[in-house]
Formats: sequence, C-alpha cells, structure tokens
Amino acid sequence: MKELVFPFNSNAIMRNKREIERQLLSDGTSRIRKNIAVLGGSTADHVISMLRLFLLDAGIEPQFYKSEYNKYYEDAVFGSPELDAFSPDIIYIHTTSRNLALLPDSGTLTEEEANARLSEQSGLFTQVWESLRKRFSCPIIQNNFELPLFRRTGSYDCWAPGGQAAFINRMNVMLSDYARQHQNFFINDINYLSSAIGLEKWHDAENWYLYKYAMSTSVIPDLAYSVSSIIKSIYGKNKKVIDLDLDNTLWGGVIGDDGVDGIEIGPETPVGQSHSEFQEFIRGYKDYGVLLAVCSKNDEENALLGLKRDDCVLHPDDFVSIKANWDSKDRNIISSAEELGLLPDSFVFIDDNPAECAMVSGQIPQAGVIELTSVSDAMYALSRSGYFEITSLSGDDLKRNEMYAANAKRAAQAKSFTSYKDYLLSLEMNAVISDFEPVYRQRITQLTNKSNQFNLTTKRFTESEIEELSESSGYIRLCGRLADKFGDNGIVSVVIGRCESDTAHIDLWLMSCRVLKRDMELAMLDEFVRQCRENGISRILGYYYKTPKNSMVAGLYESFGFTKTEESENGDTVWTLGTEDYKNKNEVINVKKEQ
Amino acid sequence: MNKNEITERLNKVFRDVFGDDSISVNENTTSADIEDWDSIEHINLIAAVESEFGIRFKMREVSGMKNVGEMMEIISQRG
Repeated sequence: MKELVFPFNSNAIMRNKREIERQLLSDGTSRIRKNIAVLGGSTADHVISMLRLFLLDAGIEPQFYKSEYNKYYEDAVFGSPELDAFSPDIIYIHTTSRNLALLPDSGTLTEEEANARLSEQSGLFTQVWESLRKRFSCPIIQNNFELPLFRRTGSYDCWAPGGQAAFINRMNVMLSDYARQHQNFFINDINYLSSAIGLEKWHDAENWYLYKYAMSTSVIPDLAYSVSSIIKSIYGKNKKVIDLDLDNTLWGGVIGDDGVDGIEIGPETPVGQSHSEFQEFIRGYKDYGVLLAVCSKNDEENALLGLKRDDCVLHPDDFVSIKANWDSKDRNIISSAEELGLLPDSFVFIDDNPAECAMVSGQIPQAGVIELTSVSDAMYALSRSGYFEITSLSGDDLKRNEMYAANAKRAAQAKSFTSYKDYLLSLEMNAVISDFEPVYRQRITQLTNKSNQFNLTTKRFTESEIEELSESSGYIRLCGRLADKFGDNGIVSVVIGRCESDTAHIDLWLMSCRVLKRDMELAMLDEFVRQCRENGISRILGYYYKTPKNSMVAGLYESFGFTKTEESENGDTVWTLGTEDYKNKNEVINVKKEQ
Repeated sequence: MNKNEITERLNKVFRDVFGDDSISVNENTTSADIEDWDSIEHINLIAAVESEFGIRFKMREVSGMKNVGEMMEIISQRG
C-alpha cells in the first residue's frame, strides 16, 4: 500500500491506522499467519499496532503476544505459561538504552568497574537470549542500543571509563558478536535508525515520563518498519531484482542526444562522480545475490555503447536482462520477469522519470519503485526500504548471478535445436536427489518460504520445523540438486511425503522457477515413487492448494498421470496415483542418489 | 482560529483516530463518550491533535484534560 512504503508519512499512518488496517484486511490478499511475541522493556502498544500494518502489507498476518510492561526479562528467563501456549514463530525483544540498568552513572568509575558493569550487563542479556533459545527454537530479533541525547562531559562521554556513550557502543559490539555467532538471531539496528532520523527527533523525554515510551511516538513507524523488514526477509519476502533506467539514472545525460562521449560518468565532473558512486553501490548488491537488470527507453545499440564505456562501473554482463527499446516499461519488466522465471512483484524499479515510476506503480502495484530525484536520495531509499534486508545468506544467494548468466547461455543454445528433447539431452544434466541432509536445510527452508509459483501447497516452514521433520520417521523427504554443462543450479526442488500406512500424502512439492521445463519434476517423481514402493506404499495423494500465484502447477498432477478425486469450489484439488504400475518418466537427466 | 474551525478540524482528527465517521465532538465530550478512547488511544489522539494544529501540549495538560472543551481552549490559545 502506497501509504506504507518508505519514505512514509509517520503522522498520517499513526492517525489513520484504523482505516489503513481496514483497507489492508479487505484487499483480498492471502497472507501467511505468524505468531509474534513482543517482549518489551518499555511500552510497546504502538510498536505492535504499527508492526501489524507493515506486516499485513507484506503478506503476513500477525498475531501478537505482548509481555507485561517491562517484563521482557522475567518472561524470557523464568518463562510464562501464556508465552509457551502462544508458541511464537518470532520473538522480538524491544529493549533500548533505558533498559541498561548498569549504564554508568558516575564519573568516578574506574576502567575495571566499568568493565565489570559491562560484563554483568552483557550477561543479563545473554541470559535472556539463551533462555529463549532453550525454550523456543524460533528466530529472535533484538534491538541494539541507541545513544542518549544527553551527555554530561561532551565528547569525553564516548571514551571515558564511566561514559554512557562509551558503554552503549561497547554493548552494541557485544550484540553484533553474538549475532554473528548464533543462527536465527537478528539485530534490529536502532543505533543506525536513531542516528539516521536524528537523536533530537528520536528521543522525546516527555513521551517517556508520560507513557513510558522509550522513543518519540513519532518515530515508532520507522522502528516498526525496520522490524517488519527483518521479519519479511526471514519469510523469504525480499525483492530479487533491481531494474534500472539508464539516462540520468545510471549515468548523467541522455545517450541518444548527447552521444556516448557526452554522457556523464566517472570522476571528471560532480554529476559523473555521483553516478559512478551510484553504480558502485548498485554493483555491491550482486554479492548478496540480487540480480541487476536494465529497463531503458533507448535503442539497444546506444544503451550497450554506454555500458561498454571503460569508466562505467557496470558493464553489460553485470545484468541478467537488458531491455533497451521503446516499449512501455511495465511491459518490459513483465517480460524480463518471465524470462527469468520470477514474478514482477520481486522487482525494484529505479528511474528518474516520475511518469515512468507512476506507470510502473500503477501496472505492477507490488513491485518496488524508487524515483531517483538524486543519486543520494535513491541510495538512501534503497537503504531504508527493507527490500534487500539480509537474514540468511546461502551459498546459492552468492552464486545466483552466475546461475542466471548460465541460463542465458542455455537459452541461446535452445535456439539451435529442432527438438526440445534433443536440447535437454545436450545440456548433459546431472541431478542428485537426497534426504534433507543438514547442509541443505537452510536452503530447503529458504525455498519453502520463497517459492510461490511452482509450489503445490505453499506450505511454509521455519528452519527449526525443517530440522524436526528431518529427524522424524514416517516421511519421504527429497531435495533435488541439478547441474548441467553450463553450471550448477544448487538445490532446486523439495518434496515432502507424509506416510500413513499404505498412503503417502504429498504435503509439499515445490521447484525453483529457474529450472522450469527441464524435466526435473519427473526425476523427482520417479524417485518419490521408488521410495514409496520401498516403503510398501501403494497409493500417493497429491494436493493442489490454489493461490493467486501458483496457477502454473494447477495441472501438474494430471500431467504426472494422477487421477483427480476431489475438487472444491475455491479451486483446490486432490489427486491420486497408484505406485504399482508406475513407469519412470525422466529420460533426460542422469540421476545420482546420495546416501 | 475561531471555535468553529477548531471543532471542525478536531472532528476530522477524532474520526480518523477512532475510525468512526459518525463522531462529532463538543466541549463536553469526554473519553467516556467514545468507546475506543482508552489510555493507549489517548496517546495517539494527543499526537494527532498536536500535529494537526502544530502545537505541543504540556505534560500536565496531557494527563489533566477533562474534556474536549479544555483541549479546544489550549488550541485556541496556542494554535
């Protein structure tokens, strides 16, 4: 919803929250439900109501547990039956510098005394986290600490033994260390947020005295947005592609008018320098698996000339798709998305032209759109947007750009074959199909949360649920990895069959769209049936739960030779297959089984 | 700012904050008259009134206002 996209009007959101919520709830979106426990060290009511709006907007319907006022420590360390019964999917510990009970209060503190306080304070927080981790295996989000507005001794406060800023900075380092060393633990960086917004605006002592809010109520939407970005990311709702305009976005000037030598890029001019810095910033996203694309109204020849300039930071092969033509930009985005097997919703479009931005927002409302009023504004908008919040980095993320480049080569090769099967054979595909081995579990979890199109039941799993399922008997678990002569796609398909006497229920069947039409699903089916037979299972039940995004697989079980046994009004279907007469279907992939 | 203008703008704020277009406040309106006006919504209401009129209530006023009339009085003095 427009009102909730950064940069938003916090006052308007707070004031109109009921109306905004009403609109979100009636927009017909299907949302995943999540239980979120907010353990607060100060009043949290508005944090929760704002978080609710941002999460609804992100396709997550939250239910909240709220600890009693400032009872985060008690709830965590001693436990509470209510919290146990609530069974949180996410725990958010909303503490601030107000909760640093051991914050130095005297200028006569020695360094040793300060160290002792620091270690005691760290110990208290570690105790909170460890107790929670023991009881719940869900992700924990912890605020770090903001600097106070007041300081007695000027700059000395940040390095004095008894300095409060000094203490807070050291606590923040301790938090970051803990986060790096522990999975499923994430920091909500209010130290950055309060600095970016400004401590003068962040702090409002009267809001503390009056209501026990640890920050001004006017910045609570910013705080909640930051938390919602982390939660969105945990559930695989990050954007995937940055789609960029060229003229006056990646470089200064219009290449069609100014010529390749007339555009501004590089250190010679201020404008050129700003665009170089922008390109550097954008290129950095590739390391995190974000794909880059171009969407420009230009002749392709001109566009490429610009990108091939030596002083351009980004070159044609940095992009997985380049659309330089005179079609409308929304259509170009949709066609790039189709080529990449992604949804247009997963695109962030950046353009200096407000009309193009409005056009794309109108046609693809779920896509991210950033109007580049200046290079620095665009970088700040990306910084605060939460589109690419990182909560896990799998090896696959890091290699994603290579994989898409390999896809482009495959597409080129496909053109030279008359029969599709010949083309598939020419790819020399090798698959490994295995159980949910520990090294794969992070990727499996990620896939269950972000696959929307080739996903029959769209059932989402947390990492701890996958762990638990992996150790349980009574399941047929398959994860498939596909490589070919152009590259390794990594884990691309996950299937979970739940066995009940002679029947296997397919609770989950998904595949990454990057390997569509490669017959990988047939290889998975062959192996699934083989394991069914081995376990004395004679009947397989497949379920298709219709969502707005998975129509691509509505006919999958039919194509597998299943028979439809049920169809409900909302489009959900149930299918059955006998294992006895099944004949293997895959003819193009060489499959290895891993023990 | 005259009283009518204040009432009109206050009504808009109250309607937004409580999500109820039928609300119409007068000097005697108190939290007892509006179902959702609890201590939490009071915080939201104060913030919305402050930003609507570009004023800041004093702490004593926030906790001491007895009815909408007192709120209007402060707005007319400071707004």
